[in-house]
Amino acid sequence: MVAYCIQHILSFAIWTPVLAGIAVLFTANDNKPDTTRWLALAGSIVSFLVTIPLYTHFNFADGGFQFQEGFNWIPAFNINYHLGVDGIAVPLILLTSFTTVIVVIAAWEVIEKRVAQYMACFLIMSGLMIGVFSALDAILYYVFWEAMLIPMFLAIGVWGGPNRVYATVKFFLYTLIGSLLMLVAFIYLYLQTGSFEIVDYYNFPMPLNVQVLIFLAFFAAFAVKIPMWPVHTWLPDAHVEAPTGGSVVLAAIALKLGGYSFLRFAMPIAPDAAHYLSGYMIALSLIAIVYIALVALVQKDMKKLIAYSSISHMGFVTLGFFIFNDLGLEGAMVQMVSHGFISAAMFLCVGVLYDRVHSRQIDAYGGVANTMPAFAAFAVFFAMANSGLPGTSGFVGEFMVILGAIQANFWYAFLAALTLIFGAAYTLWMVKRVFYGEVANQQVAVLKDLNKREFLILAILAMLVLALGVYPHPLTEMTNATVTQLLSHLAQSKLPAGLVSGLPAPTGL
Amino acid sequence: MSDVLKLMIYLGTSLIFVYSRQYIQLREMFRGEFYALVLFAVVGMMIMVSGQNMLTLYVGLELLSLSLYALVALDRDNARATEAAMKYFVLGALASGLLLYGMSMIYGMTGSLNIADINTALMGSVKIHAVLILGLVFIVAGLAFKLGAVPFQMWVPDVYEGSPTAITILISSVPKLAAFAFVIRLLVQGLPTLVADWQQMLMIMAVLSIIVGNVTAIAQTNLKRMLAYSTISHIGFMLYGLMSASMNGFVYAMFYVVSYVLMTLAGFGMILLLSRKGFEAEQLDDLKGLNQRSPWHAFLMLIVMFSMAGVPPTLGFYAKFTVLQAALQAGYLWLVVFAVLMAVIGAFYYLRVIKLMYFDEPIDTHPIQAPIDMRIALSVNAMALLVFGLMPQKLMELCAYAITRSLS
Repeated sequence: MVAYCIQHILSFAIWTPVLAGIAVLFTANDNKPDTTRWLALAGSIVSFLVTIPLYTHFNFADGGFQFQEGFNWIPAFNINYHLGVDGIAVPLILLTSFTTVIVVIAAWEVIEKRVAQYMACFLIMSGLMIGVFSALDAILYYVFWEAMLIPMFLAIGVWGGPNRVYATVKFFLYTLIGSLLMLVAFIYLYLQTGSFEIVDYYNFPMPLNVQVLIFLAFFAAFAVKIPMWPVHTWLPDAHVEAPTGGSVVLAAIALKLGGYSFLRFAMPIAPDAAHYLSGYMIALSLIAIVYIALVALVQKDMKKLIAYSSISHMGFVTLGFFIFNDLGLEGAMVQMVSHGFISAAMFLCVGVLYDRVHSRQIDAYGGVANTMPAFAAFAVFFAMANSGLPGTSGFVGEFMVILGAIQANFWYAFLAALTLIFGAAYTLWMVKRVFYGEVANQQVAVLKDLNKREFLILAILAMLVLALGVYPHPLTEMTNATVTQLLSHLAQSKLPAGLVSGLPAPTGL
Repeated sequence: MSDVLKLMIYLGTSLIFVYSRQYIQLREMFRGEFYALVLFAVVGMMIMVSGQNMLTLYVGLELLSLSLYALVALDRDNARATEAAMKYFVLGALASGLLLYGMSMIYGMTGSLNIADINTALMGSVKIHAVLILGLVFIVAGLAFKLGAVPFQMWVPDVYEGSPTAITILISSVPKLAAFAFVIRLLVQGLPTLVADWQQMLMIMAVLSIIVGNVTAIAQTNLKRMLAYSTISHIGFMLYGLMSASMNGFVYAMFYVVSYVLMTLAGFGMILLLSRKGFEAEQLDDLKGLNQRSPWHAFLMLIVMFSMAGVPPTLGFYAKFTVLQAALQAGYLWLVVFAVLMAVIGAFYYLRVIKLMYFDEPIDTHPIQAPIDMRIALSVNAMALLVFGLMPQKLMELCAYAITRSLS
């Protein structure tokens, strides 16, 4: 029985939250929302527990895919329901299932309208995102990737702010256009290899011009998701309008889908194109890091500020990817997980204030520390972590990426390191204006400090940020073997001339 | 192929009868003529699906068309419906004329009306003459009219909007199956020697249909009219399968048509469900706040819309995926890229429907009245889009079986 469960652990991880979400829908009754809330909480906790064995049973020495399972799903196209994870997917899966618990708790009293649908949206989304992280078949991956848009679209549109319709439609269409180009790339690869298995694509040689086109198709999908400059504009809109839970999921997980997918698809499938275009990628990453940090500095809306800070931090991730060394790659992984915790916490902090004052404008606040001392302590801590204070997880990832960048080119590292200053500037300046100084107005004067529920989730996140900052070993241990294997794969050219292969050279492009 | 398509036509027509009963009862159209004419139309479709001779096919098509003209005008005191019937009739008669003219030219060149004989004649002694190509042009134009492909789409929005919804659902759904069979019979079985010529024509029509359908649909405020333009774009996608001119292409074009019929039936079924005496739920705004009035029906419509937009995990995704795969296999890389970009534009107006249902407050607060059999049929119909979206294999196999049996 246990062996069976371990064998199919990924299916359980995907379908438990989805089924829980469907079950929650049947309790829809806005007059008695407590049943719904407890059921959703139970569902999310069970879903989280289900993913724990992925860590405890993980073979750290193996850089390949583990917990593989599957069957032939659509034989007409040789599409398989093929799941499996490696060292870069497991941390993100754990992050996903964990974040869902946080989202459910964070929504407890805040969401009063259509509670069941809200909870169901996030539970189902969680399952679908785990599906994205564990799919090893391109079409299965694509189905999860697109299906995930539906609950997110509804979450922002139904429970969002005043300009939510614009934001959510923009989010959906931006993502869709990239995804469809990726689908064309998948179909092309399928026609060449006769398979939708991702692993089959890894060893399939292609000439450079084909690789570049394929890489660009993937880039269209993933750069929008991460998001990279200049296709980032949907993110601040979506964040500002999304309900707190939506912002948390967007920042903590949805952005990681893009980063993960670069490592899973774009780079190993088209390694020569990745090297060929790496200069552009690094340039875009550095623009995101520096320019977007400056943009964040002038924001008046707290959520927008954090959204821009997310883009800037994700710039570190893409920079780490495209300098092609293990410090950079592992640093990018740490950065993704750490950003998952920190940005989630930052958005929750804004949510705490918003629930009380119903404003996200920085100048609506001032001196909050006087009335909410416990909350201010947490907020300042997360702000420090966001600006990369040593001892927090924010520092580890950025430091590793900067070290990796120095090996590649001093100026990359120099520009990237600037963000430590800018990051501190925009975050701490916001903290100063919101929390310190005189109590600004009557609304701030009557603020109540954190309740137990809010305290609990912020405390858990703070502990995780500290733990990862002081002792990142469990995470790096997990990613290490996979990153090494990925780098050695990336170092090999896949141009057909150098390879003896029975496969036909692609034509038609 | 004919067996499968006939079964689908019967199934679709039965669904239409279930969906439309209440609607026609409330509008005093619940008369013998309605059922008689629909059944005549079904006979016409059966002949179109099975005919092996140009004249037989033509007679089937005319039987279908004449029944539809009369059906559109069935509510004879309704000015919009009569206008639509008139337009449909005049343009339809013109198209039939074009088709017949084309057929006569082919007959003149090959000396036969029999599809198989035409093929043998063209394979053998008969030289490819300009008259033959001219005949082909007329035939393709006639077919395009019946399918509603650009540039022969003018009648589609007007007729869809003007007809009583119970008739629109008929016009927009099952006849496309018959028209698909018609295209396969004439072009693929009868004129495969001219493939290079009709492939080009289909390509132009496919691209134009996708542009015109998707872009124009954005501007619509009438749901029926919007679905009419969406039909045009769906036909464009279906033509992507046909223009690939490969076995795969035909199989997936058929798969697309079948998926399209399922989606359209559910979409118009929902309009019928929301309509009541003296009220047509045909404006987009009539869908506002549906999620609050009835979460289940809003969810069904959500599935239909995402399926039409081609978002997984719905059937519509596999429909688009398969035809684009066929087109890419045939080497049309940039046309495929173009089609997916247009699909994004298409997604916009489907999203708008979802936005109205989920994000807006209802303005119409009447309870939804519909007989239970209709609710069940509609639920099954819409859920089928989701179920086939998760397990499309059986449906694909069925289409592959149908096409390979007919064409090999």
